[in-house]
Amino acid sequence: MWSIALKKVFSRKIPLVCAVVILFFVGIAFAAQFLGFASAWDTPVGAQYLPPAFSSFKMWFGTDILGRSVMYKTIQGTRVALSVGIITAVLSAPIGIVFGCVAGYFGGWIDDAIVWFIATLSSIPNILLLIAISYSMGRGMMAVYIALTATSWISLARILRGEVLKHKEKEYLVAAESMGVGHTQRIFKHLLPNVTHQIILSMTFMVEIAIRSEVLLSYLGLGVQNLPSWGKMIDDAKGELSTGVWWQLTAATVAMFFLMFAINILGDYVRDALDPRAHI
Amino acid sequence: MWAYIIRRLLYSIPILLGVSFVVFALFNMVGGDPATLLLGKHATAERVEMVRAELGLDQPLPVQFGQYLKQIVTFDFGKSYTTREDIRQKVIDGIGPTLSLTVPAFALTTIISLLIGLMVAYFRGSMIDRISVVFFVLIMSLPALAYILFGQYILASKLGWFPISGYGSSLQEKFYYLGLPVLISIVLNLGSDIRFYRNSIIEEVTQDYVRTARAKGLSESYIYLKHVLKNSMIPVITYVVIQIPYLVLGSLLLESFFSIPGIGGMTVEAVNNSDFPMLKAMTTVISILYILTTVLTDILYYLLDPRMNFSKGK
Repeated sequence: MWSIALKKVFSRKIPLVCAVVILFFVGIAFAAQFLGFASAWDTPVGAQYLPPAFSSFKMWFGTDILGRSVMYKTIQGTRVALSVGIITAVLSAPIGIVFGCVAGYFGGWIDDAIVWFIATLSSIPNILLLIAISYSMGRGMMAVYIALTATSWISLARILRGEVLKHKEKEYLVAAESMGVGHTQRIFKHLLPNVTHQIILSMTFMVEIAIRSEVLLSYLGLGVQNLPSWGKMIDDAKGELSTGVWWQLTAATVAMFFLMFAINILGDYVRDALDPRAHI
Repeated sequence: MWAYIIRRLLYSIPILLGVSFVVFALFNMVGGDPATLLLGKHATAERVEMVRAELGLDQPLPVQFGQYLKQIVTFDFGKSYTTREDIRQKVIDGIGPTLSLTVPAFALTTIISLLIGLMVAYFRGSMIDRISVVFFVLIMSLPALAYILFGQYILASKLGWFPISGYGSSLQEKFYYLGLPVLISIVLNLGSDIRFYRNSIIEEVTQDYVRTARAKGLSESYIYLKHVLKNSMIPVITYVVIQIPYLVLGSLLLESFFSIPGIGGMTVEAVNNSDFPMLKAMTTVISILYILTTVLTDILYYLLDPRMNFSKGK
């Protein structure tokens, strides 16, 4: 199923381009994280608020209030955005999987308890829960990860619980049970592969929401502290735009736009390829 | 029906308790000392002690929780730390401005996207459909802050079509000041709404009864407006009603950028001031309102489709 779906997705041009765009961002983030690319973002490269110029790479997007290269800041922002997105998805997926599968599979009071917990957390509007967690955890990267993870697993758990309920009565699981296969193996070996596409899609979605939320948290001053992020760049632009300084806002917006757009479109194609009902 | 409503209301009690516990745990147990957060790192020890006593933070935790539950039941959350205003009064005053931004924006977005969704679904698979799908993803992919900043700068500051920010209580002033925030809010939500409506409508269009209707010789527009629209109402109404609680929350960004004195702007202000009592109260009040509206949704749902069984759903 997977190889067919992947072949279907990447035989088209658009999803291929999206994948290349995403890989490009990942490459930049990787280079910034591990190879010291654009690590000189903190040192001024010229006067304050120089407009974009093509004289050198670091001047492509101009300079900010302290004369730092906006290009370098955008690159560091990519690193922050992707690490926030990926770490959130990687941390929340197991939580969502365990809670969702266990609730749907065992039912009874376990299900009631998990459903109650999920209902409780989702009764607090997401933005407020995010704010409350990052506020109480103190500002910084760690608080951002925890807040985003705490809010992201919920939707996956809910989706998986529904899926597991659907699969529970299916013949293959009943057959596995009659053959004496234990609970853990039935869940992880037999059931989970049938809902993997839901997990992948949810994780894509988590990455997107995490990156968006980081921008909001940064605007509120609750986000990343010692690194430039797209959110902080956009936040800086509040006062800059009226003085005619448009490049910092534009650079962060455009960078975020391309990443979001590529993730969205690729996600759509993957979903269509995995969903047999979507072929209309 | 009454049995269902009562059952549903009773079901929300454990959730309400859960929410109050989570909020309490976050604000009073998990984090650093709220008094220090409020006063900053350089406050003297006596000053911190004073604020702790004032906020009731020197009491043992069960007592604090009891006080918090009392606040919820009596809807009396004390005073804002920074402005010294009564929080209850502030929240009540803020609901008006918030709703006058969110309700028109929400109504317009829903109508516009339902119409466009219906149209796009009708042309599904064609060039129009494909281009519009890409276009709406494009709209969705831009950050919300960028819309607000560019919108305010270009449409208000440069072109002067709208006032830059402000708010007034008369209807005329509301029209004058809320035009741009409402417009931006519509653009922000249009993409995802249209996508959702398009997909739910297409889901219906591929059902067997539509084929039967076509086979009977019914006209395409009749099928769409009479059968498809009616049957896709269940996901559409769920989607619409789910958003209603958020109307009370308002938009954090829009309100603070356009100086609209609503709930969202207040929340941002509370975060900026590290206003502990205010932030806690806002989280609590909005969550309670959210729970009450979900109860309403479920009842509405039940009236529309009595097959819905809440003990199995969720």
